[in-house]
Amino acid sequence: MEKIIQIFILLPLLGFLVSLIIPCKHENLLSRTAFGFVGLNLFCLTLFVIYWLVNAHPNLNLNEILIYQTTGYEFLLDFYFDKISVVYLLVGSFLTFLVTIYSRYYLHRERGYKRFFNTVLFFYLGYNITVLSGNFETLFLGWEILGISSFLLISFYRQRYLPVKNAIKVFSIYRIGDVGLLLVMWLSHHLWHENVTFLKLNNYELVHEHLQSHSLIGVFISTMILISAAAKSAQFPFSSWLPRAMEGPTPSSAIFYGSLSVHIGVFLLLRTFPFWDYQLSVRVLIAAIGFITALLSGLTARVQSSIKSQIAYASSAQIGIIFIELGAGFENLALIHFAGNAFLRTYQLLVSPSVVSYLIKEQFYNFTPRKHSAEDSLPNRLRYTIYLLSLKEWNLDWLLSEYVWMPIKRAGRKMSFMSFNATSIIFAILLVGGIIAFQMENTIPGNLHRFMPEFYALFGLMLVLKSFAERGNVWHAFTLILMNNFMVAMSISFNEHFEFSHTVLYLSGIVVAGIIGYFSLYTLKKKEIEIDLKQFYGHSYKHPRLAFLFLLVCLALSGFPITPTFIGEDLIYSHIDEHQAILALIISISLIVDGLSLIRIYSRLFLGTPIKRFHEVGFRYS
Amino acid sequence: MKKKDLYFDEHKTLHELKHFLPAQAPLKDFIHHNTLHAFQHHKFYGALQQASTIFGYKTTLSLNDFRNFYKSGRINNQILEKVISDKKGKAELAIWLDKLIKHHYEYEIDARVGKLKQQWRNKYKIDMDALVHPILFRITCSYLDQGISIWNFPIEHRGFLSSIKELEKLSYTSIFKSERVKKLLLHSSCSITSLLDILIGDSSLYEQYLFDTQFGHQGWSGMVAVLEDNPQTLLDQKKITLNDFIVFELLLQINALDSFSNWEPLAKTIKQIPIPIFDEVINTELHEVITLWQDAFEWSYYDQVLAGLSAQFPIEPEMPIDKPNFQALFCIDDRECSIRRYVEKYDPSCLTFGTPGFFGVEFFYQPKNGKFHTKLCPASITPKYLIREINSRGLNESDANFSKHSHSLFRGWFITQTLGFWSAFKLALNIFKPTTTPVSTSSFKQMDKFSELTIENKNINQKIDGLQVGFTIDEMADRVEALLKSIGLVDNYAPIVYLVSHGSSSVNNTHYAGYDCGACSGRPGSVNARVASYMANHPKVREILKGRGLDIPENSKFVGALHDTTRDEIEFYDEDKLSEAIKALHNQNKRTFNKALDDNAKERSRRFILIDSKQIASKVHDQVKLRSVSLFEPRPELNHATNALCIIGRREMSKHVFLDRRSFMNSYNYKIDLDGKFLSNIIKPIGPVCGGINLEYYFSRVDNSKLGAGTKLPHNVMGLIGVANGIDGDLRAGLPNQMIEVHDPIRLMVIVEHFPEIVLKAIQVTPETYEWYVNEWVHLVAINPEDKSLHYFKDGSFSTYKPITDKINHVDNLEVLIESTEENFPVYTIN
Repeated sequence: MEKIIQIFILLPLLGFLVSLIIPCKHENLLSRTAFGFVGLNLFCLTLFVIYWLVNAHPNLNLNEILIYQTTGYEFLLDFYFDKISVVYLLVGSFLTFLVTIYSRYYLHRERGYKRFFNTVLFFYLGYNITVLSGNFETLFLGWEILGISSFLLISFYRQRYLPVKNAIKVFSIYRIGDVGLLLVMWLSHHLWHENVTFLKLNNYELVHEHLQSHSLIGVFISTMILISAAAKSAQFPFSSWLPRAMEGPTPSSAIFYGSLSVHIGVFLLLRTFPFWDYQLSVRVLIAAIGFITALLSGLTARVQSSIKSQIAYASSAQIGIIFIELGAGFENLALIHFAGNAFLRTYQLLVSPSVVSYLIKEQFYNFTPRKHSAEDSLPNRLRYTIYLLSLKEWNLDWLLSEYVWMPIKRAGRKMSFMSFNATSIIFAILLVGGIIAFQMENTIPGNLHRFMPEFYALFGLMLVLKSFAERGNVWHAFTLILMNNFMVAMSISFNEHFEFSHTVLYLSGIVVAGIIGYFSLYTLKKKEIEIDLKQFYGHSYKHPRLAFLFLLVCLALSGFPITPTFIGEDLIYSHIDEHQAILALIISISLIVDGLSLIRIYSRLFLGTPIKRFHEVGFRYS
Repeated sequence: MKKKDLYFDEHKTLHELKHFLPAQAPLKDFIHHNTLHAFQHHKFYGALQQASTIFGYKTTLSLNDFRNFYKSGRINNQILEKVISDKKGKAELAIWLDKLIKHHYEYEIDARVGKLKQQWRNKYKIDMDALVHPILFRITCSYLDQGISIWNFPIEHRGFLSSIKELEKLSYTSIFKSERVKKLLLHSSCSITSLLDILIGDSSLYEQYLFDTQFGHQGWSGMVAVLEDNPQTLLDQKKITLNDFIVFELLLQINALDSFSNWEPLAKTIKQIPIPIFDEVINTELHEVITLWQDAFEWSYYDQVLAGLSAQFPIEPEMPIDKPNFQALFCIDDRECSIRRYVEKYDPSCLTFGTPGFFGVEFFYQPKNGKFHTKLCPASITPKYLIREINSRGLNESDANFSKHSHSLFRGWFITQTLGFWSAFKLALNIFKPTTTPVSTSSFKQMDKFSELTIENKNINQKIDGLQVGFTIDEMADRVEALLKSIGLVDNYAPIVYLVSHGSSSVNNTHYAGYDCGACSGRPGSVNARVASYMANHPKVREILKGRGLDIPENSKFVGALHDTTRDEIEFYDEDKLSEAIKALHNQNKRTFNKALDDNAKERSRRFILIDSKQIASKVHDQVKLRSVSLFEPRPELNHATNALCIIGRREMSKHVFLDRRSFMNSYNYKIDLDGKFLSNIIKPIGPVCGGINLEYYFSRVDNSKLGAGTKLPHNVMGLIGVANGIDGDLRAGLPNQMIEVHDPIRLMVIVEHFPEIVLKAIQVTPETYEWYVNEWVHLVAINPEDKSLHYFKDGSFSTYKPITDKINHVDNLEVLIESTEENFPVYTIN
């Protein structure tokens, strides 16, 4: 029975691949492919679920498609099927099916019709992988696909400023969730000494035994899981990205940010439920985050005067309640609540344009000059304060930028004391010196050797911060990112005995992507004469293929699962010892900033309002 | 006394600003108008160049578009040469042809407006808009919100700025980070000038800076300006002024700058002052080239039309219909152009007429249980009458999914777990089998078919809200007389005269008001049709009319009706009041209408690519109906897209010319109006209504990003008054892409069947009317009714026009033609 699970990955994958090769002009074929594959998947799934239910609905585990193996390390794909997967799969497939049919007509004649269906199918693939994943590695694979397809859907109208700006914003927050997961994977390696499957997490004795000796690690893992879940599910303090994600065509907003994408955090918690179930402090924390979100998002929803932000905040508040339910241990209730919330918000968003005629009509017949709201009984001072705070989204958007992004930016600007040339020279010295030192590893004094990994990682971080803060020269920004990856590899090589083949595996993707990256930049420069990062240039308007190629480069460099670097990333973490929290932190921050810097380069060059204005362009704020 | 500033007059600048900002009312009162109304005192082409240079609008198609049209034959070579020769002289023809077709022009659309504000970025590396716009929009929208938020803006009836002051004074938190700004708001007069003194510091730049900021978000500024002057357009009225709005924005700007420890006013820091936005605009050669192309593009179509309408291709003279089966009055709307053709086809012995769809009766309407009055006449008229609906069944259903409770926390918790699953079912149902739901708008819901209306005034002194309830007999007679005489229906009355108004049905359509009848202020015209029929059927009215030369036989009845232009359905009113004999005739006519509606739906469907138009008409019609209730259909109908003409004259003139639903048609018989008295009344609204529609389509088509609303797919409804992209976007005025994509941006050509001198007199009745024609915002041609000669109006006088088109094809089978393509058709003659 397990073998059948693969179908629910393979069908979406096939659908996605087929949709990629259909030419843009075949609208009909594209949309038929989309709803055909999703529909077929839904159909097979329904049959399978019936079969599964009849056969005593066991928890299925399809184990271990081995992707990479070396001494002491293996990268496994693993799939798992239980009631949580069933509910998520059914809701997801049903809604995606409806929305693909809906979009078939809705997007008719829209520029980017193909791009839309490609991205939706890509998203659906990521969703299925995530929901069916049987270990953290597989889950991370799907998780990354969800992140990047979200970025692409939010910036669907890539010629306008706001969608691009907001897509970057959402991507940045997703990036925090990504690193949370990476750290979870890092510590899990050390906790379990293997790629633990979710099936095994169900084994109470096993979990209990491991946690008893490592209770701190247990809490840390759970906290990281919670951070990832909160970021993905728009919980406190990350809530403000959700309304800003409503930039794409309404059906994509409805299905992704109204329903599926935003409930993936809940899924992560449900999936890891057996792991943190017995950690009271974690459960209290989950419920507390849920409670704060329910309160703040709930209040914010009440004052929203635009329909989509109202639905977004109302949804975020309901997910807050789901978090409380989870904290309280009502796993099944949370599942039902998820399905209800997903359906309701999808529908509400899809009919949201009707709100004008509907409410105006209602007002026409039922108008009373002033509707009484619950808050009217509060004293004025308190009422005004809460109102104003809710209107300002409780400053959450500001808090994030002030305390997360601004410090990174400032740190990056501080790096300007090193000129690019000086930096390159230091890099070269460190690289050559490192290689030499590596050859004579035994002759290095122990004290020095101990700090080498942190030193290299730190210098790597400086490079990537510098790249992030680079406002002009695209070549510099891009090169610094490549350099950072080398420094990370060096750092790990010094850490444990990191086999040469591992380094090659990690760097192979980087080098290939780097070369293609330089090639695309060079081609762009040849066509546009000057390229820099001073503003958004929107070159995807004239060079869509080049834009796509460069996007692939950026994805490869940021460890997206299209090159071996993805496995290398995981491999790197497996070489960081559980006591090296600082090294793990440095490398994690460096990975976050690396991804941000790349997506910024891509966005500045290829997204936004085209600078050559031969055709009409919108206002910045439109 | 304050010293009067030499450079900056706050009052004058605000006035100027209001003039230039978009003048679009909230969504529910969406009425088409000339997007560049502020430039209407200039000649059309001059205005385009100015608007483009000053505000960065793209005001024509691009050079490449025109060249492609030329290559594909849509721009006629002969016409192009004629246009160039006429304007540039025959000698220059070759030179200009080369410029038009081959020459490479380097150009970039750039705007003068915004340059001064941009200096902040250059100087302080600060993105002023990113810091100010989101909070400015959010607070303004919350203040103006008509019913989306659950918790409304807590202070009301005070005006915008005073409300914000109150909020600031009495709360523990603040909108501003800067203490200084808070003090400015609470303890100073906060005049625009005083704030600009802080921000800019040089009064010669103030006006320019205000234009820069307001045109950074012309959607919201325009909305505020409209609401300041027309507060009654909001049901839940809000007090707001452009002054308040600007003051608040300037405060937010100072707040943003105060994050720097010391900043200086802009005037002190800039090295080079940007060019003042209203400096003289210099014509470029490219602009000349584009205008020539535009002329050629327009005349490539007009020329065929004029050739078809003039005497060049005489068709056998029509036998006058002695005893018409029925007469039907439709709206002048271009969408009614084809339905008339089909009605005439299925009943050759009927007569159809076109007249503005409010049928000359202007009033406010109050449906049963309605808390407000709706204006049902052209926007420019302010009626003194009220018509109330009584004894209606009440047609309002509700949708629990729209209940705001689902957004509140605890009831929401319950609702998501229950109703949530119900909505999945409803969604699936609508996607697989679309049906009418409470969320869709339907023209038939405006008024209950079986209700009664208070049409006849019972007591002249009884007034509601200052409005007289119903019309007196004399008032009725005046209106019916004017209606019938203006269209030339003065004798030979059929047993039934239909007054067919129109409306539309759609779902998920924020611009629904733009789909209804323009002559009824963007509402369906059903009440007007019923009211006008009642008047014309009134025995006492008929008695008076007899004295004025309109002898309507006793057994002729007027019947009101509503044609739904989206669904192609028709509903008749007060059928039960007809005698048995007439009812039998009526039932027979209904069959005619139904057949015509099927065919009309089929003709429309050729533009809907997803419908196979080759099927039989009734099948196509079913699919067309589905569009109006499908949540996923962004184009329930194409509305006025492709409109290009307005024909004022007898039906005989246009009956045998196939105009492809591109013409407004107003019936008019010059014979009973030799001195042009009715004509001037007919012409007066043509500019603002038909010209307004045409130019709104024009500008939304040529610059959908700035003058139109962009694609409607990502639109988000803001406070029920407008749409924006995402949650932080500016309001988008104009038409969404889905409404205009098939539109050919050409100006309206008004064609009047009368002697040129009479037409000239008629357009000169008011300076406003004359401006439309003399400044070339619409074209005007008079057709001499006797010799069918054509006279084109230019620079104040008429001159003869000889069409170049020497051959117009004849089409026998229209159905085959319609199935052939979704593109625009040339002009054909038809049977």
